[in-house]
Amino acid sequence: MSVEFDRKIHATLADTKLQLAIYASTARLKDGRLSSVAPQTLPDYQELRTQANALKKHALENLDYYLEEFERNVVAHGGKVVYCKDGTDVADFVLALAKERGARLIVKSKSMTTEEVDLNERLEHHGLESVETDLGEYILQLAHEKPYHIVAPALHKTRYDVAEIFTHSLHVPSETVPEKQTAIARAVLREKFLAADIGISGANFLVADAGAVVLIENEGNARLTTTAPRIHIAIAGIEKVIPRAQDLATFLKLLARSATGQLLSVYTSFLAGPKRAGEIDGPEEFYVVLLDNGRTKLLPDRSKRQSLYCIRCGACLNTCPVYRKIGGHSFPWVYSGPIGAIITPQFMGVSHEPGLPFASSLCGACAEVCPVKIDIPKVLLELRSDVKKSETREKQNRLEKVAFRVFAWVMTHPRWYELAGRVAAAMAPSEDGGWIRTVPGIMNFGPLKAWLSQRDLPPPPPKSFRELWRRR
Amino acid sequence: MSRDSILHRIRTAVGRSADQPPAEAPAARLRIPEVPLEARIASVVARVEALAGKAVRTSDPCAWVAEAIRGKTAVASNAPFLAQCGITGLAGVRSGITDPEELRELCATADVGITGADYVLADTGTLVMLSSGREARMISLLPPAHLAVVERERILTGLDELLTVLPNPAVETSSMVLITGPSRTADIEQILVRGVHGPGQITVVIAD
Repeated sequence: MSVEFDRKIHATLADTKLQLAIYASTARLKDGRLSSVAPQTLPDYQELRTQANALKKHALENLDYYLEEFERNVVAHGGKVVYCKDGTDVADFVLALAKERGARLIVKSKSMTTEEVDLNERLEHHGLESVETDLGEYILQLAHEKPYHIVAPALHKTRYDVAEIFTHSLHVPSETVPEKQTAIARAVLREKFLAADIGISGANFLVADAGAVVLIENEGNARLTTTAPRIHIAIAGIEKVIPRAQDLATFLKLLARSATGQLLSVYTSFLAGPKRAGEIDGPEEFYVVLLDNGRTKLLPDRSKRQSLYCIRCGACLNTCPVYRKIGGHSFPWVYSGPIGAIITPQFMGVSHEPGLPFASSLCGACAEVCPVKIDIPKVLLELRSDVKKSETREKQNRLEKVAFRVFAWVMTHPRWYELAGRVAAAMAPSEDGGWIRTVPGIMNFGPLKAWLSQRDLPPPPPKSFRELWRRR
Repeated sequence: MSRDSILHRIRTAVGRSADQPPAEAPAARLRIPEVPLEARIASVVARVEALAGKAVRTSDPCAWVAEAIRGKTAVASNAPFLAQCGITGLAGVRSGITDPEELRELCATADVGITGADYVLADTGTLVMLSSGREARMISLLPPAHLAVVERERILTGLDELLTVLPNPAVETSSMVLITGPSRTADIEQILVRGVHGPGQITVVIAD
């Protein structure tokens, strides 16, 4: 584990205000999900999950076919598809188009994919104004921060934080009532929408047989972003493609429920090309950027490929006992929680943060709530193995290796196992609140001390199970 | 060029060749329950109200709308049904606009946007709006209140029926929007606030 990862985790754990915010928000989202997928509300929930998993698996196994079909249909509707290998490609494309059209102001709706490639920073560096319009993302842009959660980006900000941010950046009188704060943002952003030349959105789904981009949201900012400006650019990861419009019957029912507990989000936009002849309003130009940015690296391995099934609902974050303590900013990249723990090492390389796949109890709660049935614990184990393999011979922890070999031997030899149990019971140090937290001084040194500093043990019982069994 | 290199990388990774037909996709999963019209109407009313919207049934939509927008300014879409029942002729209502700039200015200042709906989904209380010469996108988006007048025959059971009636919406329109309740956010301390960027009030008038 890197020093930075460790430091951020401990800072979050020590911040009681933040702990409460994370706990309360994730609890609310988690409860919403639970009631909306309950059998009396959605009797075929499990069948829908199975179908969603099968569709994602199929789409990725034939990904080149569906991307080409999607592209053909977008072009047939008068739109254009641009393939980009990384963030530099995306920025180059947007900058060139903005220059050609004389565009200065860009409005953006929420998109994790653009966060991934730092699009705003890249555009602003070249003199364009790029404004986030989702309320949470707008607050974070003003505060110069990254999203804390996939669906609730400003989860860690209190209304008092927001009051300060607005006063500082927008020069408005301090306002701490969320309703009034929202009205302030609405007024400021409405002007931006109506003045913007380009609207940039993400994409929840790319529908191959329709050549359509599907956007899901509650505020209406994605609708404004894709309706008011003359040009709409949707930026999507290549894994977002699904075969048919009819498959939305499966995915839409799962996504909103898993994310916030709504039956459907307030707005689902199905956008296929620019405004057509006879239609009154809508953008005149329509582009879809298909971004690789490391995704093709996840395809060869059949098991790890499932990491790309993710529909970004955030349910695994809300249910994860680790995320709920260490929060979103402890994670080394924009994707946090269990899904972040499997995506980040594969996109950035396992050495980016070798501790990440290990920062899990493997409890399996994430796999249980995942609407597309990604087996996150399985992928975590595979990544742990990758981390170990990637460590050079010198870097490998020999002591740890020997210790585990001894452990394995003892565990597979019953007599030695029993003896070890008795020795441990006899030598057990005093407990503290029902747990053994320190070991006797003689063993408390060097690597063992470091290893034990993060682990507490239950005290051994006076009689072992084996003893009790024999005396039965 | 990025296009070819990305597609090549994908094919190598998944073991496919160019122009190879795809494996058979899992069959689309569409289940349409039998729900009588009366029950569908009741469901729309219940769902819209559960989302803090307003839903009414009336045999005289024009009179109901006249009362609802008294003293307010409104923009109405070009849906033929609105003209047929006289709503476009009401005091304070502007309609028949086809110029997008003019429409945008009107919508930015009007109190109410009045539209029809191509379909309504009973099980979620959702309005389905297809962009066309009859329905513009802005009218249900810019004004602080959205009022939709719908013919009861337009009420479908749900999403599965919609995607059976419209297997590929892109054939019909460049934009299909499903609207389920008023615009909302919970981005500040998870406190629910309505009317962030879209309308904070939504009213569904079911014409009997």
